[in-house]
Amino acid sequence: MSTKQSSCVIQDWGLIGYLQAYDRQKDLVKRVIAGESPRLIVCEHPAVLTMGRMTKPENLLWTAESIKAQGVDVISVDRGGDVTLHAPGQLVVYPIINLADRGRDLKVFLEELEQVVIDLLREFDILAGSINGQRGVWVGQDKIASIGIGVRKWVSYHGLALNVNTDLKLFHMIRPCGLNVQMTSVQKLKGKSIDMNVVKEKIIAQFKLKIF
Amino acid sequence: MNSIIIPELGEGITKATVACWHAKQGQRIQKGDDLVELVTDKAVFNVAADQNGMIKEILVPEGKEALIGSTLAYIE
Repeated sequence: MSTKQSSCVIQDWGLIGYLQAYDRQKDLVKRVIAGESPRLIVCEHPAVLTMGRMTKPENLLWTAESIKAQGVDVISVDRGGDVTLHAPGQLVVYPIINLADRGRDLKVFLEELEQVVIDLLREFDILAGSINGQRGVWVGQDKIASIGIGVRKWVSYHGLALNVNTDLKLFHMIRPCGLNVQMTSVQKLKGKSIDMNVVKEKIIAQFKLKIF
Repeated sequence: MNSIIIPELGEGITKATVACWHAKQGQRIQKGDDLVELVTDKAVFNVAADQNGMIKEILVPEGKEALIGSTLAYIE
């Protein structure tokens, strides 16, 4: 599905393999660098562990064999941050945007991504926030969304991952983002499964309001 | 000889860590080539060559942190 909204092209890639999505992102980054419209991608990934550039090996708590036995791939990626998990039920958002048009400020952009999630969760009556010195979005002491971006010629890629209906047991394989934290999800907090399409619509609306 | 400098990455960002060099000392590079990945906060920032030339000297190796505005390498 692809819809052009104002100056931004929104695409829903559905459930897509991590590496396939990564290749598509790289292609879109080139296009946006060349002057095409920014993109906003929403999708989910089959279970995969991705290791950002600051990953410490000890943050993989299971052996490589045990992880593989679960059918989970482990992939090194060029984004900030430590290890994280993607799995069905987690909403992944890749904003591919020229930050040169937005003040060339990585910190501001990361904070804007956090705010998008915080305001989205408020629509579900979930009071979330950021924690000083820790990236991501938190509900109390539990983490609900992770943030990590890459930037090439000031065009962003990678983005954010919000646990909607994610199987949280999968996080036991890792120390998420290198932290001793409990992960939570919208499903856990609301006590019921949430329609992913509704969450996608709401996060797209938040992006249009704040970013595009 | 020209310098590859760590660019301004945002207000309050004072330093970055070299995550990975894509070019080696002595290697010829073309304008636009990815040269080095910097990590700061939760972002990886790719620095590309702004000219053709050769990497004369790398001053900040992988894993090391440097201040914004520091010279990462010399190109000639």
